[in-house]
Amino acid sequence: MKIFKSSKRFILLAVVASLVVLGATGAFAAPKQKNIILATTTSTQDSGLLDVLIPLFEKETGYFVKTIAVGSGQAMKMGEKGEADVMLVHSPDAEKKFVEAGYGINRRLVMHNDFIIVGPPSDPAAIKGIKSSSDALKKIAAANALFISRGDNSGTHAKEKTLWKKANINPSGQKWFQETGLGMGQTLNVASEKKAYTLSDRGTYLAMRKNLGLEILNEGDAALLNIYHVIEVNGAKWPKANAPGAKAFADFMVSKKTQTIIKTFGVDKYGSPLFFPDAGKKVEDLGK
Amino acid sequence: MELIVQGIVKAFQLLISLDPEVLGVTWLSLKISGTATFISLFFGVSVGTVVALNNFPGKRLVISIINTGMGLPPVVVGLFVTIMIWRSGPFGFLEILYTPYAMIIAQAIIATPIVMGISLASIQNLPPNLRLQILSLGASRMQMVWVLIKESRLPLLAAVMAGFGGVISEVGASIMVGGNIKGYSRVLTTATVMETGKGNFDIAIALGIILLLLAFLVNLLLTHVQQRQHPR
Repeated sequence: MKIFKSSKRFILLAVVASLVVLGATGAFAAPKQKNIILATTTSTQDSGLLDVLIPLFEKETGYFVKTIAVGSGQAMKMGEKGEADVMLVHSPDAEKKFVEAGYGINRRLVMHNDFIIVGPPSDPAAIKGIKSSSDALKKIAAANALFISRGDNSGTHAKEKTLWKKANINPSGQKWFQETGLGMGQTLNVASEKKAYTLSDRGTYLAMRKNLGLEILNEGDAALLNIYHVIEVNGAKWPKANAPGAKAFADFMVSKKTQTIIKTFGVDKYGSPLFFPDAGKKVEDLGK
Repeated sequence: MELIVQGIVKAFQLLISLDPEVLGVTWLSLKISGTATFISLFFGVSVGTVVALNNFPGKRLVISIINTGMGLPPVVVGLFVTIMIWRSGPFGFLEILYTPYAMIIAQAIIATPIVMGISLASIQNLPPNLRLQILSLGASRMQMVWVLIKESRLPLLAAVMAGFGGVISEVGASIMVGGNIKGYSRVLTTATVMETGKGNFDIAIALGIILLLLAFLVNLLLTHVQQRQHPR
């Protein structure tokens, strides 16, 4: 009798639990066909910029944006397969190839900030004060000072590889060179923990500075510009992609209102803006 | 050390102030992992019972496969689910990549072998003569199975706890198929990874503590049900 009673209770519990769960799952509803998959870099998410812009865009247009923050390399791979609708990325050389291959259309300049070389305040390779970023890298290599690389095919990693090339150094396999394969924020943490040098975008560094034992040791070189473009996935190639949504988002990113927000984003918190709006400008004119 | 204290303080601040974002993330974790566990319970217990009660060639192989599945790496599940449901995949037409539904599917796949393995072992563990005894009392086969499941209630609830614990703490698959989208598919584990990446260690620790609290409460409830009456 006792078992009978308890099993009845058990069934009741199970039924109630399943009703709760089923009722709850009904509440996931996101507007269908109004979804936009935005593949972007970790830097735009980690700096908090998208947390400000996306809600505005959603409110204005009624679209629902699914932001997938990955490295620029992976973001473009998603675009190549038609798994993303629009991309906000910062790997100019790869982007040009992407558009030339017909995967993307309407590549437009959105904003820039710059890369910086950060390292421990003790600066074992004595790179502080050196103007050229490639000279700074040469000194790091010569001093065998630990350098942490993203190693994840992101825009920052692509930039780093260009800089090593410019300095005529092949760092891979060297004892002082380590790759994390992680996002910018985590890589900065690793560099801070190991008292190592690394290349970072200024936005992520500023946003995380309070927890890091790292200082800016090289900045201002024109080679260190970090340029963000918005690219729409080619709707003709991928009929499943949300082309109107992608266009709406890209238009939003270069609109006057958004550009004004980008201009002032971060000023209250970090004392200086994290990004500089560039819509309508030419890449060659940046940083002048 | 100071950071951990800060994290604990932050956790209580977030909980007491009923921070809507944290509450939303916590509730979503519970919904997704609860649903996934529920689905896994259905498949896990039924298949586990069938395998336990029948003799067939290759039974040991099947049990080995199920037991291996108990250690299924979440990232591998995440990868395969992603490939299956992205737009160019065989189930792309469903358009569920980067949704909570995809997370439920991935988590159910992770939890099912766990539930299956434990329920299989617990049914097998019952005295073999019990079956004969029940049947000889005139029970039908379905009634016999039902009594056996009831008899192994204790280990079966342990299976629920193990399955739920496995998926609520899982991050690899959730971040791949859910995408960690703010206010939509962001759960406690993926939020913890993101906040760690941002260097907000206090919030990351706070989320970790909330996750532990949640797991504790759910287990407390299940243990309460499990231990309420001792089966003799």
